[in-house]
Amino acid sequence: MASDETSGKDLTAADSSSVEHVTAAAGTAVVARDAVANPGFPPHRPRITDLDPRAEKRAERTVYTLFYLSIVGSIFAIAAYMIFPIVPEDPGSVRLNNLFIGVGLALALLALGIGAVHWGKALMHDEEGIDERHPVRGTDETRARAVEIFQEANTESGFGRRTLIRNSLIGALVVFPLPAVVLFRGLAPQDQDPVALLKQTLWRKGTRLALDPSGSPIKASDVTLGSSFAVIPEGLTELEHGKLEEKAKSAVILVRMKPQDLIQSPERADWSYDGIVAYSKICTHVGCPVGLYEQQTHHLLCPCHQSQFDVADHAKVIFGPAKRPLPQLPITVDAEGYLIAQSDFLEPVGPSFWERQ
Amino acid sequence: MSTTTDMKPADTKKSGGFTGAAANYIDERTSVSTAVKELGRKIFPDHWSFLLGEVALYSFVIILLSGSFLTFFFQASMAEVHYDGSYVPLKGVEMSVAMASSLDISFDVRGGLLMRQVHHWAALLFVASIGLHMLRIYFTGAFRKPRELNWVIGFVLFILAMAEGFTGYSLPDDLLSGNGLRIIDGMVKGIPVVGTWISFLLFGGEFPGTDIVGRLYSLHILLLPAIIVALIALHLLFVVVHKHTQYPGAGRTNSNVVGYPVLPVYAAKAGGFFFIVFGVVMLMASFFTINPIWNYGPYDPSPVSAGTQPDWYIGFADGALRLIPPGLEWVIFGHTYSFNILIPLVGLGLFIGVVLLYPFLEAWVTGDKREHHVLDRPRNAPTRTAIGAAGVTFYAGLWAAASSDIIATHFKLTMEGVIHTLQAVVILGPFIAYFITKRVCLALMKKDREIVLHGYESGRIVRLPGGEYIEVHQPVDEYERWKLVSYADYKPLEVSPNAQGKVSPLQRVRAGLSRWFFEDRIAPVGTKELEESHGDHH
Repeated sequence: MASDETSGKDLTAADSSSVEHVTAAAGTAVVARDAVANPGFPPHRPRITDLDPRAEKRAERTVYTLFYLSIVGSIFAIAAYMIFPIVPEDPGSVRLNNLFIGVGLALALLALGIGAVHWGKALMHDEEGIDERHPVRGTDETRARAVEIFQEANTESGFGRRTLIRNSLIGALVVFPLPAVVLFRGLAPQDQDPVALLKQTLWRKGTRLALDPSGSPIKASDVTLGSSFAVIPEGLTELEHGKLEEKAKSAVILVRMKPQDLIQSPERADWSYDGIVAYSKICTHVGCPVGLYEQQTHHLLCPCHQSQFDVADHAKVIFGPAKRPLPQLPITVDAEGYLIAQSDFLEPVGPSFWERQ
Repeated sequence: MSTTTDMKPADTKKSGGFTGAAANYIDERTSVSTAVKELGRKIFPDHWSFLLGEVALYSFVIILLSGSFLTFFFQASMAEVHYDGSYVPLKGVEMSVAMASSLDISFDVRGGLLMRQVHHWAALLFVASIGLHMLRIYFTGAFRKPRELNWVIGFVLFILAMAEGFTGYSLPDDLLSGNGLRIIDGMVKGIPVVGTWISFLLFGGEFPGTDIVGRLYSLHILLLPAIIVALIALHLLFVVVHKHTQYPGAGRTNSNVVGYPVLPVYAAKAGGFFFIVFGVVMLMASFFTINPIWNYGPYDPSPVSAGTQPDWYIGFADGALRLIPPGLEWVIFGHTYSFNILIPLVGLGLFIGVVLLYPFLEAWVTGDKREHHVLDRPRNAPTRTAIGAAGVTFYAGLWAAASSDIIATHFKLTMEGVIHTLQAVVILGPFIAYFITKRVCLALMKKDREIVLHGYESGRIVRLPGGEYIEVHQPVDEYERWKLVSYADYKPLEVSPNAQGKVSPLQRVRAGLSRWFFEDRIAPVGTKELEESHGDHH
């Protein structure tokens, strides 16, 4: 064996549960009296490169060839940077640029890595070495000295004796980070109440239903049977600020089905128009857009967590983790035949929150 | 100090030429020779499974390198612009500066797409290798004394790696990652009492706001990496202090460590391995697209594509959300309780809590206060291995559920069927996996005993004079045998009453757990048994 003063023979004699552990409790471990003894290290088996000078030469050649190849790869990557530029508006050029720089770099890295590992495995001294372990804990003297140091520090400072100083220090240290916590209140605007904001959307009485994303208003006559549209309130696209915030609440899905297919509770009888119904598009589970409408079954599917809503029956949940139906937007038509909202949603849209009720 | 010792370094300086002079210069200012003396010939044992942690370390270095490049081009702003880069299909589309600069990195910076893909692939590899590294540590019992605290550090690193992944994934502000943030927002709002306000503070107002990308950027490139670097340093410091564990083998004991010295073999192999990992990541980045944000488009709260999925390591959390049965949300005393969100959150919290605390639990059950530097073969700790298999099954069930829709469409199954099956897998699967794994481990241990006592089947059939055929069993040599007989064996704890003649409830629990762990035990073969079996090799 290569290193240390200890040879394999000595270790054979050493008990595996060794000196350092004599004091430590074994718990419920069984310490067998007739355990088989450690046979010591098996004899070393030389490698082919140790025995055959030609194999050694070959390995040497392989290693330096790989290192030279790595240089070739790096240079190739630099050349590829120049030879394969990105031509504006040509996606193919991006692909070539990506591919050839990458291949050059990969060659440089892999050849370097494989060369080094091969050097280590085939040519470097391959006899294993041994290190002795020592208990992780400090020696008894070290620990005694550590205790002594703390005691000295205690006596010299009076930390244990002057309790008033000590306690007030601890108090000060506990309180001093609090201003930092308070400062983080500034993460959100001071003058807004999230609960109030969450309970209203852009929809008002008379707001026209507009197509997403163009923003053009929709005539009831344009909504063919069985079709579905992603809808936003008219005027959303012209908003200067908070466009996405408003859209995240007021996005609506519009569906037309045969009026006789539609189950309608009496209090919502006039919320639809000729089989056209509008529901919030924001899932009541965690807020993904409920995007997938299946015409045959009138089911809406949320692609994030697969909640399914029955559009024909008040968008009730028929499967998946969501609990509440999608809120319905009461709609009608104006004098010009455009679809308009009768009011805002009558309940908060989107995921549930603590103060929702 | 006497003058003679002061003069001594000056003498050595003359002998070594330039290298010697430079070494002397540095050593006189840094005492680097002490470090070389201590660490230069430090022994590291070899095994392929020890490379998993190395892969994690190296992919982190790759992430740092490629990430630094990306910071020079990425702009973490959510100001709205009309895209005016090279990618024609999105020309003129309104998007955030973050998205536009991500597209510029992909389509207008030479090698930019490559670095983006290196960064993303390396990040996926980072989390994956940490996960596998943790499994290796768990199944070989490497978390036992004195390494329990290093397990905790590693665990925290795993959580931080996922946090790094998620914050980075959200930065380009594309449709897919925006929906991911939307889900986070929805989950946060489901937390009782404070949820609404936490969401409000996180997003700087209403979702999505114009702050979140900048805030995640600070976390992603400053705070989280700084903590990770510090913890990795601590993690490795402990590896040096404890010295590496080793697998059982002839000549290896609990008080030695057998392997190759840092200089030169280990440096060559580990250093070379860094370049191999980097090279493989580079190959993946050259050939395989990852996260094509140009296909998703900028974030918009209304559209969504079918088959949305998070990056793989968030899958288990997303799957947990999907598997919750319908209807678990109630209004109680005017407040909304979203148990469809709370149960996954608390459930996953408990799961990772058990992972974090397992080393301490096992140490308490065994009461073993000795240091353990020789690893267990997984079969030799059947209950631990079975618990691990149960945990892996639970995680895998949740993880598969994150792709429930893809599974349903690809295999032409119903969505409901897939969900119900995976609900069963998550609840029953761990028990089945536990049972099977434990039996397999015990069977393997019996097999090991068999081999030690009667040798292995040689495949040589001999006809005896009486006409009987037997297969000759070949005895194992003593080195092979040592691997099969040298394992830690525990017996169940027997409770004994204390001075008052009572057994404390805690003792009772511990005895119960101990019985659970060690009731089915197969003792290692001892010398006596070995003697008796001699000449019995058929």
